[in-house]
Amino acid sequence: MAILVNSDTKVITQGITGATGLFHAKGALDYGTQMVGGVTPGKGGTNVDITLENGSVVSLPVFNTVQQAVDATGATATVIYVPPAFAAEAIIEAVDAGLELVICITEGIPVLDMVKVKRYMEGKSSVLIGPNCPGVITPAQCKIGIMPGYIHAPGHVGVVSRSGTLTYEAVHQLTTRGIGQSTAVGIGGDPVKGSEFIDILSRFNDDPDTHAVIMIGEIGGTAEEEAAEWIKANMTKPVVGFIGGATAPPGKRMGHAGAIISGGKGTAAEKIATLEACGIRVAPTPSEMGSTLVSLLEEKGLLEQVKTIK
Amino acid sequence: MNIHEYQGKAVLKQYGVVVPEGKVAFTVDEAVKAAEELGTGVVVVKAQIHAGGRGKAGGVKVAKNLDEVRTYASEILGKTLVTHQTGPEGKEVKRLLIEQGCDIKKEYYIGVVLDRATGRVTIMASEEGGTEIEEVAAATPEKIFKEVVDPAIGLQAYQARKLAYAINIPNELINKAAKFMLSLYTAFVEKDCSIAEINPLVVTGDGQVMALDAKLNFDSNALFRHKDILELRDLDEEDPKEIEASKFDLSYIALDGNIGCMVNGAGLAMATMDIIKYYGGEPANFLDVGGGATTEKVTEAFKIILSDEKVKGIFVNIFGGIMRCDVIANGVVEAAKQIGLDRPLVVRLEGTNVELGKQILNESGLNIVAADSMADGAQKIVELVK
Repeated sequence: MAILVNSDTKVITQGITGATGLFHAKGALDYGTQMVGGVTPGKGGTNVDITLENGSVVSLPVFNTVQQAVDATGATATVIYVPPAFAAEAIIEAVDAGLELVICITEGIPVLDMVKVKRYMEGKSSVLIGPNCPGVITPAQCKIGIMPGYIHAPGHVGVVSRSGTLTYEAVHQLTTRGIGQSTAVGIGGDPVKGSEFIDILSRFNDDPDTHAVIMIGEIGGTAEEEAAEWIKANMTKPVVGFIGGATAPPGKRMGHAGAIISGGKGTAAEKIATLEACGIRVAPTPSEMGSTLVSLLEEKGLLEQVKTIK
Repeated sequence: MNIHEYQGKAVLKQYGVVVPEGKVAFTVDEAVKAAEELGTGVVVVKAQIHAGGRGKAGGVKVAKNLDEVRTYASEILGKTLVTHQTGPEGKEVKRLLIEQGCDIKKEYYIGVVLDRATGRVTIMASEEGGTEIEEVAAATPEKIFKEVVDPAIGLQAYQARKLAYAINIPNELINKAAKFMLSLYTAFVEKDCSIAEINPLVVTGDGQVMALDAKLNFDSNALFRHKDILELRDLDEEDPKEIEASKFDLSYIALDGNIGCMVNGAGLAMATMDIIKYYGGEPANFLDVGGGATTEKVTEAFKIILSDEKVKGIFVNIFGGIMRCDVIANGVVEAAKQIGLDRPLVVRLEGTNVELGKQILNESGLNIVAADSMADGAQKIVELVK
């Protein structure tokens, strides 16, 4: 089961002829993802030949438009590696072509462009993940994005995070403890983005394969607080949280465009307090995300069922 | 990116936002000349630094004649202003805005911001002008009125009028106030602002609605399409280490502690600062070398950390995804060779090519303490700088 992507998901890459797009298209294919084509306006009708780690060569067709790519390949998902100035439009083109899942990796999209994208997507059925995110992976089935595939293992813990590297950190802590993951989703570090914590949490809640969730937030905005209230009211599965940025000074953008304490709002202390008040166990340090989940699952007698790595 | 008040007012003026007449001055003589040219009698001498709270810190003075302009200008220029936004070290004043005085009847607040929860631009207005909006929000939230803008159609005139009525702008000035807000919104959107704050907005004795102060911040992601705004950047207002880092596309923020950090990924970089603090240390900086760093970039990052005299030890925390551990290791070794490593260094490597990375560090002959995990590394560096 898992969420968002699985071994049947057919994916195209927007910006496939760029260095980044090509590099990660290869990474996806190496992992076993059904990468079926790419889009670069002006390069339609050509093919890109990608030599995999096992020596075999995959020849992917390139299309001028997303619609052509969808019509020819039957893809339902796309991943975007288009430069920031053109990425918002690339998302809109993907939504217009009716793709179910649009994952935008690009960092540095002007926030007012994303305001327009969000408005455009109202009433549409496409799901947007990102931008400024590592992507989505369902271990052993489908990897879409820039995460290192080998640290993951299939299992029953869902991970959702605003930070790429902290997602890897959490996944690594789980895998080394024998705990596999159902799906790991990076929702991205921008202030205006496609999916928020609640969108992903509700999918994990409905997914029978997911038995527990790690949610990784950071300073800025109020998405963690909203998620905490939602969890308290709706979530039937244990959730462990971590919030980065307890030592971040106010008014400074901490790398991510969305990681900023403005007007005294969006501090880690506030978020942690809300999470705890809503009954979510918060890892005291980023080194203890895995161990905090282990002790919580042990208390609930659920540890054995998530130990999927023998 | 921040700009000065006088620059912000010039940008707003292009969009029809009414601002007082004013001129920038870098010297006392220029200040007097500017006041002469304005010819309005009373002028305001305003310190130009990238921080609020200038008035309370003595950076804003009303001069009744040219002698007073000279006195105040020489007093403020070169002075270090300490406000609630500058930090205890304060900021030196290098520029003044000389502005015509005006007959203020009442002060209001107008702010344009991006509301993250709705993903839309929001206009906030309040009758409590001149006060920090955070204070108003905390004490009397009912005095702040908001209109959310649909990006498909932009701010509507009725929304602006609603706000103007709500904050009790005099009836005869409602349309002027609405026009002011519409122009401000247009400037915000066309220039990709992240904040446009007018505090105070004033109505004057001669029936004007104008921006007495202007704070504009810009979305740094959008600067590529605003070359004119990029030219307004004032490097005097930024930390020299942050400027150096930005040349190499490194995300660096100077802090007050003594443990330098080099990390890949913004989230991990923040979390690394947190864990140092958790184990009793103080981080000297936030530094994200990014996902695609080269050996050269890592070398520069390392040099910037070592150039900070406060730094007593360094913690390198890398989870290599796309970022390979051997690249990081080579960068660390290269930088240490170039400038000499005279302070303790703890390195935690995990991820892609971790064994190769560890081998490079081991064979470098440098005095490097290896750590098994983030917690282990943080504890070790905290102990070493004691």
